[in-house]
Amino acid sequence: MTTTTAEPGTVAPVKQKNKSDVQGSGRLAAVLLSPTFLVLALVVGYPIIDALRESMYQRSNGLDANGFVVKGDKFVGLKNYTDILTGDASHAFWNAFYNTTFFTVVGVLIETILGVAMALVMHQAFRGRGFVRASILVPWAIPTAVSALLWRWVFQADGVANAMIGHQVLWTTEGFHAKVAVLIADTWKTAPFVGLLVLAGLQLIPAEVYEAAKVDGAGTWYTFRKITLPLIKPVLLVAVLFRLLDVLRFFDLPFVLIGAHKDSVETLSMLAYDEASNLRYGPAAAYATILFVYVAVVAYAFVKLLGADIIGEARSRKKTAAKRAKKGPRAAREATA
Amino acid sequence: MASVSRMTRFAVIAASVAVVAAACGGSSDDDKKGGSGDAGALSGRGPITLATGKDTSGNMQNLVNTWNQQHPKEQARIIELPEDADAQRQQMVQNAQTKSNAYSVLNLDVVWTAEFAANQWIAQLPKDQFDLTKFLPAATKTGEYRNNLYAAPWKTDAGLLYYNKDLLDKAGIKEAPKTWAEMQQDCAKVKGAKCYAGQFEKYEGLTVNFSEAVASAGGVVVDDSGKPNVNTPQAKQGLDFLVNGFKNGMIPKEAISYKEEESRRAFEKGDLVFYRQWPYAYALSSKEGDSKVVDKFGVAPLPGLNGPGAPTLGGHNLAISKFAPNKATALDFIKYLTSEQTERANLIASSEAPTLAALYDDAELQKKFPYLTTLKASLLNAKPRPQAVRYGDVTAAIQEAAYSALTGKATSDKALADLQNKLGQLITS
Amino acid sequence: MTAISTTKAKPTGRREFSAGKALSYLGMAVVAIYCLAPFYWMVVSAFRRPQDQFDNSPIPAPFSVKNFGAVFKPGVGFGRALVNSLVVAGATTLLTLVVGTFTAYALARLDFKFKNIVLGIIVATSMFPTISLIVPLLHLFTNIGWINSYQAMIIPDLSFVLPLAVWNLNAFFRQMPFELEYAAMVDGCTRGQAFRKIIVPLAAPGVFTTAIIAFIAAWNEFMIALTMVNKKEMQTATVSISKFTGAYGFDQPFGTQMAAGVLVTVPLVIVVLLLQRRIIAGLTAGGVK
Repeated sequence: MTTTTAEPGTVAPVKQKNKSDVQGSGRLAAVLLSPTFLVLALVVGYPIIDALRESMYQRSNGLDANGFVVKGDKFVGLKNYTDILTGDASHAFWNAFYNTTFFTVVGVLIETILGVAMALVMHQAFRGRGFVRASILVPWAIPTAVSALLWRWVFQADGVANAMIGHQVLWTTEGFHAKVAVLIADTWKTAPFVGLLVLAGLQLIPAEVYEAAKVDGAGTWYTFRKITLPLIKPVLLVAVLFRLLDVLRFFDLPFVLIGAHKDSVETLSMLAYDEASNLRYGPAAAYATILFVYVAVVAYAFVKLLGADIIGEARSRKKTAAKRAKKGPRAAREATA
Repeated sequence: MASVSRMTRFAVIAASVAVVAAACGGSSDDDKKGGSGDAGALSGRGPITLATGKDTSGNMQNLVNTWNQQHPKEQARIIELPEDADAQRQQMVQNAQTKSNAYSVLNLDVVWTAEFAANQWIAQLPKDQFDLTKFLPAATKTGEYRNNLYAAPWKTDAGLLYYNKDLLDKAGIKEAPKTWAEMQQDCAKVKGAKCYAGQFEKYEGLTVNFSEAVASAGGVVVDDSGKPNVNTPQAKQGLDFLVNGFKNGMIPKEAISYKEEESRRAFEKGDLVFYRQWPYAYALSSKEGDSKVVDKFGVAPLPGLNGPGAPTLGGHNLAISKFAPNKATALDFIKYLTSEQTERANLIASSEAPTLAALYDDAELQKKFPYLTTLKASLLNAKPRPQAVRYGDVTAAIQEAAYSALTGKATSDKALADLQNKLGQLITS
Repeated sequence: MTAISTTKAKPTGRREFSAGKALSYLGMAVVAIYCLAPFYWMVVSAFRRPQDQFDNSPIPAPFSVKNFGAVFKPGVGFGRALVNSLVVAGATTLLTLVVGTFTAYALARLDFKFKNIVLGIIVATSMFPTISLIVPLLHLFTNIGWINSYQAMIIPDLSFVLPLAVWNLNAFFRQMPFELEYAAMVDGCTRGQAFRKIIVPLAAPGVFTTAIIAFIAAWNEFMIALTMVNKKEMQTATVSISKFTGAYGFDQPFGTQMAAGVLVTVPLVIVVLLLQRRIIAGLTAGGVK
């Protein structure tokens, strides 16, 4: 680590203090970015391109005289896509599309609120803080495979969930309760992820900001809304963005907890999986591609609407950075807040 | 140990080089001939692997160790797959998709044979080298595709009716029911427990339970020639037995979420008078612990509409991966595993039902496993699930139909008509 | 460190003090119970006798460690699997931090064209359904002979955590005061030194958070590890758990699986707690202003 981090300096030695950010940084950037791109190209880029190609083909499923499957893929253009969107499968697709969107909107909303609350709790100084911190991280640290099983047992007909509410709900059968069970298990597991990221963001807020607010007589809610929230926004947005990406690709929890082929919880990833496991690789790749596009649209809209701090601000801030040299960015941001 | 595994690895690499070359040279030939793998093609000797799920008793390793002692140059290694059956299939399919030589012998669920054979992922086995007359005929059939043998029957399974002896004794009932009507009459005399359950969650178990109900009423899902014929009055009577059971409370409503383990739990708590279950639960329910029915339960053949019912056949067969080297060794290994001596040892160690008929009549074994006689009777009457190349789609369609009928989303008539329609598309193509 | 946190913890006025404190204690209790209750169930299930696994009583009676014994049964190789998990997750974390830090630094600190597109491409790789990556990757790794190797698990794991690491570190680096970096460079530090001595310590909360995330993600990964490895000696803990079986047929070894789950989770929580301290420690060390 020590030797490698020294490299940037040797690649592009700093000559001027202020302009150095612009001069020659294109090449430096290329050097610094290349390992990431190499890995991503190999492990994600290649499969995506492969899937795009695959999604234009269909496997023949006819049998020859001996009962063997006739080999060879046939090019079908966009037929896999049109079949999914308008054909017989469209009912399943739009249902899964709705479920995926539902889980994403409701799940991420709950996770965000819970996660921020957890971060605020973890951030406080009190006795037994270590214990609370540990307990918050436990759900997230349990492997999904294990926690899905755990919830399956909790939500059984005569499981502990029903024993506690004193009423028998058949959680794993079709119906809204199945969605509720998935949401409970999912938010339980992933709110700590948001909490952890936000906690790190909270650590960056200097105490003076709160002191100043206190002097001004600001209330708790006001302080949170006007000071804490804007300051943790960049980190919170990253956390929410990656939760969005994850839930939109939701697969293992509903699959293990509720089961395959259940309309109430079937997601787009589950459809893609189902097609692939029945050897229909073309439609499976088409589902994956449609999901990819959907995720990309959601992520783009999210960043455009809320995430000016993450991307757009990067450039403009650079340019004004020199001007507010003395005050420092924290003070500058505090002033704008 | 270390040196052995290093040697094995070397041998595997060497063998894999050979097989890659062979595959490249031979594949076009294969395609021209329609890939009819005649049995003579099973050549090559050396180390092999056995890809299998759940070595529940740990006895599989013992069997492999014995083999390895006798065949130092043709060592076998177990590759354990996940416990979940779908995950096992997925691993095997992926393995075949990449034409990997990692798996030599595949432990296949009986319902996968057609798919694996039709896709030419497994090699045809020489029928004449197995004494098929010794095996239970129904079990042998599950290893066949288009009258050729692709997988040797190894373990079999059939549903049994478990009954709570205690509850029946109290009601003065001496004998297990033979028909559904008798069963319901018996239940009417018993107080404080639900009548019947099976496995009705939307998964493979539902296909099994649905097929059993249909067959026990004299219907079929697909007929002997493989054509779907499920939209019949008999099939409707079978399905209605379950649908009405849920409606009138004969089957508890939570049974819609039961898999094997949930139903076992309900039975062991004493909540059920009767339930349909595989033989595996016999040993578990006899164990002290949660089970409140230790020594208080018995097994009988499944009841049916007008007489004994027809259980659905389960079990596992052994096949040889088309992409594996050392197929001759693999064949010997399968013969070894399906030999009487090995099957007997496996039954004793794991209580898994063997495929060799003679073992069921062995007095010593009968003493140890009192349900063997009942099981044999059931097995002789058992029906296979559809042997379809697209079995995944077929079973999903069956589950969809059965589940919507059981949950009241569709009438039995509509469910069966839809299913017939769907199966028609899936099976003819 | 306590001192700093204490001042932060009291944003409210004096009069609200006791009520606010009571409320926050209540909040903490609720949060802790919410998080721990299901885990408690896991622990309880692990300590039941295998034949009592269907029990719903809140305390295992009779108490038994049989499930834990089953986890470490010699044939299972769970100890080895834990080591493998540690290797894979550890290597993934280290590589993610090194590679991710470079990239995030470049994105946050350097001015170059197409920056938004670069950020977009990086996050886009997190948008493809994981399950659809498996088969092409299996093809690829089979062809290059990576099956049954650590890198066949580490490299794909990297792809899952790198985008998040880059974005998260980027968000942190941009909040750092540049001026300190410039000042250090004026004092004769190279950019590399300034980065190492000023930025990295200041960004410690972000770096360690990223480390925790990377570690947990890699530690819990299942599908890749299952697909790319078929040798018992190479399998990871999550894969090993999926292969636990009951004594007979469909008997699901719930207790054993939960015991293994506890064994897999507890070390992780300890690691996380140790790293967590560094989050706070990093702040105090960097709080030079």
